[in-house]
Amino acid sequence: MRHAMFWLIVATTAVFALLPAIGGDVGLRESLFLAAIAIILASNLNLMIGYTGYVNFGNIVFFGLGGYFGVWLSAVKGWPLLAAVPAAGVAVSAVALLFGLGILRLRGAYFALATIGINEAVQALVSNLDVWGGSTGIYLSLASYQSLGGARQALWIVYFLVVAVMAASLFLSWRIRNSKFGLGLFAIREDEDAAAVLGVRPATYKAAIYSISGFLPAAAGALFFFKNGVIQPDQAFDLTLSTEAIVMLMLGGQGSVVGAALGAFLYEQFRGYLLTSPMFSDFHLVVAGLLLLLIVLFVPGGLMGWLTQRWPWMRGKLQ
Amino acid sequence: MFGVLASMVDGVLVGAVYGLAAIGLTLIWGVMDIINLTHGAMVALGMFGLYLLFGHLGLPPYAALFPVAAGGFVLGVVVYWIAVHRVINRPPLMSLLATFAVNMVVIGIGTAVWSTSPYNVAFAVPGITWHGFTFTGAHILAAVVAVLIAAALYLFMRHTRLGKAIRAVASNRQAAELMGIPSHQVLAIAFGLGIGLAAVAGGLIATLFPFTVLSGDDYQLKSFVVTVLGGLGNPAGALLGGVLLGLIEGGVTPFIAVSWTPVIEFALFVVILIAFPQGLFGRRTAR
Repeated sequence: MRHAMFWLIVATTAVFALLPAIGGDVGLRESLFLAAIAIILASNLNLMIGYTGYVNFGNIVFFGLGGYFGVWLSAVKGWPLLAAVPAAGVAVSAVALLFGLGILRLRGAYFALATIGINEAVQALVSNLDVWGGSTGIYLSLASYQSLGGARQALWIVYFLVVAVMAASLFLSWRIRNSKFGLGLFAIREDEDAAAVLGVRPATYKAAIYSISGFLPAAAGALFFFKNGVIQPDQAFDLTLSTEAIVMLMLGGQGSVVGAALGAFLYEQFRGYLLTSPMFSDFHLVVAGLLLLLIVLFVPGGLMGWLTQRWPWMRGKLQ
Repeated sequence: MFGVLASMVDGVLVGAVYGLAAIGLTLIWGVMDIINLTHGAMVALGMFGLYLLFGHLGLPPYAALFPVAAGGFVLGVVVYWIAVHRVINRPPLMSLLATFAVNMVVIGIGTAVWSTSPYNVAFAVPGITWHGFTFTGAHILAAVVAVLIAAALYLFMRHTRLGKAIRAVASNRQAAELMGIPSHQVLAIAFGLGIGLAAVAGGLIATLFPFTVLSGDDYQLKSFVVTVLGGLGNPAGALLGGVLLGLIEGGVTPFIAVSWTPVIEFALFVVILIAFPQGLFGRRTAR
């Protein structure tokens, strides 16, 4: 079965990379770009919520901080994109480890509140940091794209890099799920005190997964805001986007690799449809809210939960 | 020196209103262990409720608070039956998401109706001038109203049958059921009370500052800070926490740029949450 998951990830990545490239379809590329970002956010959030049982409500702080590190390094410090993106990931993982050591002592709703507090505190701090342009943010000049062969080619390169980060996210989720480390996380999710008695060290495990779950979203943030050309605090640390990542996860089914990705893809398509449809564009938040409420009240296991309940044999095939 | 003192006094006046908003949040947390993420949306509805009653029906602003409170209560009971009563006693993620979903719906409708442009409630109350510093009448009256409502809530919880029933359900729901208290109805009323308080606090804030549909979120975050200062689930602590937050805001304003205030607030929030999860004012008690 391990091979089935591996090939599923390879196939998904290939479709994402090749489909827009073959026809040179820019519209399709933009749509898949957003879907890939959504999959990255939801998959890494799944490591915290689905695997470990800790609700990271302010998860977007990784994405935003990564964006800031990436844009600052490439625009101000003149780093090449290929160096700035991993550097952003490493920096955010280090910061996350620091935060994690503090807030992971909290459990349940207290932890969720603290993550909201961290996101807001970081946003307020960044709005005051003159190095990062304060509340006006950082703008990239056209020269930043020249080293990638001009703006048009840069957009394609960024797209392929995002697809690569997406593949890495799916692969990471799958490998952790089948590792001893993953089993330790599941044990913490089910009963943290019992896990500790059985020799799992919750403090170490939780800090590690919190830090790991920040790495790839930070890289995605660096790429997203590099492409965007500008990064501003209220755009980078948008709590709504944070919650939308949770909605995606709930829609697909928390704890499942396929579920997180599927939920993210479907939600992003749904959102795109709502935003462009003349009837719903003003009410896209309302419709998304109602959808979330229906899932929470009636299908708490999400799509995957529903499928595996209906057809139990799927449990072994899809992770 | 007087400038700082005056700024702190004004901070305390505004802080009492923060406290009132936070009481709504903390009451719901204390009674049913739910972090109510509709709080901000309800504060915003309170603001617009007051705006409509004052601007279009011509009610005096302080009289308009009564229908705002009543409307908030009814809305709260409705929201309880639709979204909340199924998620009580389920993992915290579920109640967070259910209330957040309602928040999205309300904010979405509000944005479609009122857009996100600023509104204000324009009326003047004579202030008090003291050593060259003027305390606006609206701030003084808002603080007085906030303290009066908090006191009324205290008396209600202590000395009425319904208030005692709410406290009984908060401390042990099963035992309360065995004593013949219909816990679902009581919880619905408690949720309605919490929302009503949020709406009234929103109405009072509308008399102080300009607001948009999205302002409610800022006050929701402030309510979190206040609740954590005062101890989650502790209404008396929430009022003290609000006053403390106002005092901090007023105390730092003369010295640093306004944009730094939220940095201090949220850093304080996270630090206190980690260091004193029970709040600064004693243990978590649900009254």
